[in-house]
Amino acid sequence: MTTITEHDLEQLTATEAATEPQTIEKVSIVISKGSLEGVYPGLIMANGARMEGIEANVFFTFFGLDAITKKRQAHIKVATVGNPGMHLPTILGAVPGMSWLATKMMARKMEHLDIPPVPEFVELISDSGAGMYACKATVDMFGLSDDDFVPQVDGVLTVGEFYELAAGGEIVFT
Amino acid sequence: MTTATETAGTVAFDAEGFLLDPMQWNEELARDIARDAGIPELTARHWLVVHFMRTTYLETGQAPSIRSLGKQSGVPIKELYALFPKGPAKLAARIGGIPKPRGCI
Repeated sequence: MTTITEHDLEQLTATEAATEPQTIEKVSIVISKGSLEGVYPGLIMANGARMEGIEANVFFTFFGLDAITKKRQAHIKVATVGNPGMHLPTILGAVPGMSWLATKMMARKMEHLDIPPVPEFVELISDSGAGMYACKATVDMFGLSDDDFVPQVDGVLTVGEFYELAAGGEIVFT
Repeated sequence: MTTATETAGTVAFDAEGFLLDPMQWNEELARDIARDAGIPELTARHWLVVHFMRTTYLETGQAPSIRSLGKQSGVPIKELYALFPKGPAKLAARIGGIPKPRGCI
């Protein structure tokens, strides 16, 4: 019979800790764009983080603020101009109603894949325990106040406060 | 990974602890997996979610998204995360003996 000493146990635990695969425990996601294709990736990543049990915060800045602004949240559209990924000649992209049409088509596709519309998605992510924050510089620049935001917003943060909040985790800028 | 449990004899799991054969599942095994995942006691609300996950998977071949879990299981999103803090869809799938959900939502 082998006797395991306390020292052996300590070494064993240390080896285990060293070989344990690294996991992400916390993410802070910045959403800086206000188009549909600018908003969704960040929302999907935030929701996905919570689904994996990862702590998540979302920081909305510049036009990304539209995603948490009452008046604009439900009207976020695909950019059909200046968006080479659309494979649409610029002149066609500029035709009135084109952005509306592209958004409609994409919304149908996303509904089919069970991806919620922006307002429902923001609520889902907030309910899943992620923090939702607005960027103070943008709020000041656009002349917005707390009343302009959907109730899921947890507060308005300066960039310094954002870094404090993000401490110890990964930062993802979208 | 193969784990012998007191109640179910020898049952095969994948590397992440998901049951390889959903048909080997039973409620005793579910309790064992839950304990292993840090949920000491499965309440009626836990069972509601676990059964919903399992039924949906067995009927459609796919685990439900977190969105439909919140809308159709009868347990809202906030409560889902309170019941399964480390990720409701993933954890309820594991406890329900079905494969890990592959969807992004």
